[in-house]
Amino acid sequence: MKRNNIIKIVSISAYIAFILFSFMTGFDPGKQIGKNFITFSVDMLEVLPCAFVLIGLFEVWVKKETVEKHFGKGSGIRGYMWAVLLAGTTVGGLYVAFPVAYSLYCKGARFSVIFTYIGASAICRVPMTIFEASFMGIKFSAIRLLVSLPLVIISSILLGDYLEKRNYKIMEGK
Amino acid sequence: MLSFIVNSKKTLMAIKIAVKKFVNILPAFLTMLIFVSVVLFLVPDKVISNYLGNSNKFVGVTFASFFGSITLMPGFIAFPLCGILLKKGVSYMVLSAFTTTLMMVGVLTYPIEKEYFGMKVTIIRNVISFFIALIVALMTGIFFGELL
Repeated sequence: MKRNNIIKIVSISAYIAFILFSFMTGFDPGKQIGKNFITFSVDMLEVLPCAFVLIGLFEVWVKKETVEKHFGKGSGIRGYMWAVLLAGTTVGGLYVAFPVAYSLYCKGARFSVIFTYIGASAICRVPMTIFEASFMGIKFSAIRLLVSLPLVIISSILLGDYLEKRNYKIMEGK
Repeated sequence: MLSFIVNSKKTLMAIKIAVKKFVNILPAFLTMLIFVSVVLFLVPDKVISNYLGNSNKFVGVTFASFFGSITLMPGFIAFPLCGILLKKGVSYMVLSAFTTTLMMVGVLTYPIEKEYFGMKVTIIRNVISFFIALIVALMTGIFFGELL
């Protein structure tokens, strides 16, 4: 574990050094990579702090029983519907969906529901879909949603069952 | 804000949790950002358009799903790009493979996903997503009459 950390720190510093060096000497590829890095960081910083504060509020306010009731075992088909609806309002992309899904899991949501949530937040975020439809046509978006959503739910159920049978546990405390 | 008025103690706790979680996952995000910046440099938009424009649809779908998997783009870049490609005559099927893998399969988000759910689940989920994307592409092709 410790060695891994050292490797990480070394490679990250090497990366930073490379970018700085590129900017000083005007090395184009390095400058381009640096610009990409900044664009994406800004993009994420716009979303992430809000997302994490919401996650924090969620952890403090929402009772475990509530989550268990709506997203846990015995929530049945409604659990998946909630997961899809919740996913529709998610912004940002997978990198926001992961921590949210993780919090849901820690509060007692079942595997199949959180995988549905992750999959659905990848494909059916409402603002994104509207944006997509304006470029690609409504028919394209409709087909994509109608085909992928059932597949996501079915595969999530299969994966969830498989993990539950094997008693798979996700580490807590992140 | 509302939460703060109702119960400031709980809200402060929430913010504490938020900061802690954020700091915990920060290294993974940093790793991802570094990957993203390098991959986007190696595979710029132009290269993607070149490959997706391939006249053979199946080759196109293969490339599209490959690029979609290894890159990560915000929607406001990806969809205009697809709109342009569509006007250039790239088929719906290829674009659907591209956008769906782009959204669902995250080779670049792997460091983050792994932190939360472990390596095994991450790999299984991404492989499943990849196949879902292929099925979606096929169906798109059928519905737009591009396959038959």
